[in-house]
Amino acid sequence: MESLRRIRILIWKELLAILKDKRSRFTVFVPPLIQTLVFGYAATYDLERVHYAVYDEDRSEASRQLLARFDGSGVFVRMADLTNEKGIAPLIDSKQVLLVVRIKDDFERTLLSGQTAAVQVLADGRNSNTAATALNYINTIVETFNADWTTAHNGQSPPLLPIPRAWYNPNLETRWYMIPGMIAMLTLVQMIVITSMSVAREREQGTLDQLLVTPFRPFEIMVGKSLPSILIGLIQTTGVLAIALLWFNIPFQGNPATLYFGIMLFLLASVGFGLMISSVSDTMQQALLGGFLSIMPFAMLSGLNTPISNMPKSIQYVTYLNPMRYAISLTHRVFLEGASLRDILPDLWPMAIIAAISLTVAASMFRRHVA
Amino acid sequence: MENRPAAAKPRDHRPPLGTGGRISPARVRSLIHKEMLQIVRDPSSIAIALVLPLFLIALFGYALSLDVKDVPVAIVMEQIGPDATDLAGAFALSKYFTPTVVTSMKEAVDLMRAHKVDGVVRIRGSFGRDLAEGDAPLQVIVHGVDANRGRIMQGYVQGALAIWASQRGRPERPGATADNPPPLVGSVQVQSRVWFNNAMESHYFLVPGLVVLIMTLTGALLTALVMAREWERGTLEALFVTPVRTGEILIGKTVPYFFLGMGGLLLTTLAGRFLFEVPLRGSVLVLTAGSALYLFVALGFGLFISSATRNQFVASQLALLATFLPAVFLSGFIFDLAGAPKAVRVISCIFPARYYVSFLQTVFLAGNVWSIIIPNCAALGAMALFFFGLTLRKTKKKLA
Repeated sequence: MESLRRIRILIWKELLAILKDKRSRFTVFVPPLIQTLVFGYAATYDLERVHYAVYDEDRSEASRQLLARFDGSGVFVRMADLTNEKGIAPLIDSKQVLLVVRIKDDFERTLLSGQTAAVQVLADGRNSNTAATALNYINTIVETFNADWTTAHNGQSPPLLPIPRAWYNPNLETRWYMIPGMIAMLTLVQMIVITSMSVAREREQGTLDQLLVTPFRPFEIMVGKSLPSILIGLIQTTGVLAIALLWFNIPFQGNPATLYFGIMLFLLASVGFGLMISSVSDTMQQALLGGFLSIMPFAMLSGLNTPISNMPKSIQYVTYLNPMRYAISLTHRVFLEGASLRDILPDLWPMAIIAAISLTVAASMFRRHVA
Repeated sequence: MENRPAAAKPRDHRPPLGTGGRISPARVRSLIHKEMLQIVRDPSSIAIALVLPLFLIALFGYALSLDVKDVPVAIVMEQIGPDATDLAGAFALSKYFTPTVVTSMKEAVDLMRAHKVDGVVRIRGSFGRDLAEGDAPLQVIVHGVDANRGRIMQGYVQGALAIWASQRGRPERPGATADNPPPLVGSVQVQSRVWFNNAMESHYFLVPGLVVLIMTLTGALLTALVMAREWERGTLEALFVTPVRTGEILIGKTVPYFFLGMGGLLLTTLAGRFLFEVPLRGSVLVLTAGSALYLFVALGFGLFISSATRNQFVASQLALLATFLPAVFLSGFIFDLAGAPKAVRVISCIFPARYYVSFLQTVFLAGNVWSIIIPNCAALGAMALFFFGLTLRKTKKKLA
C-alpha cells in the first residue's frame, strides 16, 4: 500500500515534469499530430502528376490516339513537343520532365500491318521508384490502348478478362496503409525517447541521486518513470486514431478494444527498451543516440516501409525479434481487416514474450546501473 | 564575417562586454580545442557522426528493397482442365510468384485471411469453355492493405496473364477456317529505358538519401543538443564572463561539428561507392561544396533552436520535427513530391532538405547539371545566412 502511494506520487511528479513546461507539453502532443497529418499527405508512392515530353516522329492518327490517352489520364502533363532527338537530354537532365515518350515514324504502319510497334519511353531514374511507378502507369495506358485497338480492328475482345479487385483497401490508397502504421511508429518513437530522456535528464541534473536517497525503491522509481510514458503514449495513439478516422476518413473495421489491447502490449515492450537505454546512458545526448540506434532498426525491419518478404532470408528471421513487426501487423489487421482478438493471436503472443523479456532485463539493468 | 553588424549594434548606450573588438584567432582556436575535447570525451558524439552512418548504411543497403518478387498467390482451380492447368503453370514459372493451388474459393479466402497468400487468381470451372468462346473472365484479388505492393502485384498478374494469352495464341473465331484466317492485329509495346539507373537499383537513390539523413543528424540534432546543454548547465554563462565574443562562440561550436558532418559524408560516399557500387558521376568538388552549404544550414538551424529553447529535451524534439522528419518525408528522398498535394509541395519548399536531395541525386547519378545545381545551392546558401544571422541575434550575451 505504502509502495503504491509512493508510486502514485512519483507518477504525479513525472507528469508534472513533462507537462508543466509549456514548450515541453507542446512538443509531446503537437508534433505527433503534425507528423501524422504530413505523413498522410506526403508518404505516398502514387504520383499525382507526371511531367512528360513527346517526340512524335510519326504524327499519325494512331500516334495521336495513343498520346491523347496520356493527356486524358489526368496524371500526365505534357510540357513540350520535341522535334529532334537533341532536345531530350536537357529536358530530363534539368528535371523539367520525368520522362520522354518517343514514337518512331513507322508506328502506324507497323501497327496496321499487324505487327508489334514499339513506343520508346525514356525516364529519369534518379529516383528509380518514381520511374518505376510512372512506367507502370504507362503500361496500363498502353494495355487499354491495345485492347481497344484490337476490338476496333477485328471486333474481337481479348480472350482473357481479368477482373482485378483489392481487398481491405479497394482503391489501393497508400494512406490507408501508412496512417494505421503510424500508430505503432509513433508509439515506439515516443516511448523510447520520452522514457530514456526523462531518466537521463534526472541523471544529468543530479536529481536522480536525490531520488535515490529518499525511501523510494529502484523498482518504484522505474514504475514511476514508465507509467507516465505509457499514459502519454495512449493519449497519442488516441490522437492519431482520431485523425485517421475523422480527418482522413479511413474506415475502422475492427474493435477498438482489440486495438488498444495490442497497442498496450507494444507500449510495455517499448518502455522496456527505453528503460534499458536510459540505464546505460549518462547524458541526454547518449540517450538520444541510443534511442536512434534502436528506433531505426525497429522501424526499418518492421515491414512498414518495405515488405518483410522482400528482405533477405537471414534478416527475415531477425524481424521475428522485433516487437514493431507485430505491432504493425496487428494495427493493420484490426484497423483495415477487422481482425478479432483470436485472429491477431499470432502477433500477440510473441509481443507478450518480448515485452516480458524487455521489462525483466530493463528492471535488472535499472537496478544495477541506476541504483 | 557577417556577424559583425549584429554584434556591433549596442543595446545600451555602452556596448556590452565582449561584443566589441575583432574576432581573435587565438580565442577561436581555444574554443574549438575545448569543443573537440568534449567530443572526444563523450564517445556518443563520435558515434552519432561515424557509427550511426555505418549502421544506417548496413540497414538501408541490406534490408531495404522496394522490389516485389516471390509473391505467394493462391490459384483457385475449380475444375481441373488442360487450360486451367496450363495457366497455373505459367504462374509457377514466373519469378514473381510462388503459387499454391487450391480447389475452392473458400480455401483461398482462408489463406488470404491468415496472410499465407497475398493474392488470389480464381479460375472458374467453366474456364476452358469460356476460353474457347473467346471470353473468359478471371477473378484477380490482391491483398490491398499495403497499397503500393498491391498495385505492383496487380501489374505483375496482368502481365503474366497477357504473356500467357499471347503465347497460347488467339482462339479461333467462330467461322474462321484455315482458308479464312482471322486478321492479324497489331499491338503497342513499351520499350523503356531508365536513364541514370537502368537496372533500377534502389540503392542508387537510397544512398544519396542517406547522406541527407546523416548530415541532418550531425548538423542539426547533435549541435542543437550540445548547445542546449551549455545553456542548461550554465556553462555558456561562464563563457560570457570571459572576453570571448558571441561570434567566436558560434565559430567554436560550428567548426568541430562541421568536420564531423563532413566525415559522415565521406564515409557514406565511400560505402556507397565500394559496397553498393553507387556511381558518383558529378565532381567531388561540387559534392563537397554543396554538402558544406547544407551542413551550414543544418548547423545554423541547430544552433538557432538550442539558443531559442535552451532546453535539451525541447531542442531535440524540435530538431527531430523540423529537420529529421522533413528530411525523410518532405524531401523527395523516398516519397516523390510529385505524389503530394500542392499544399504539401509548397510547405516542402521551406525545408532545406528538399534542395539538398535534389542536388545530391543529380550529382551522384546524373553528373554536374548546372541548371539543377545552381538554384539548389543558391537556396541553401540563402538559408545558411538566414539561420546564422538569426542565431547571432538570439545568442546575445545576456542571461535571460
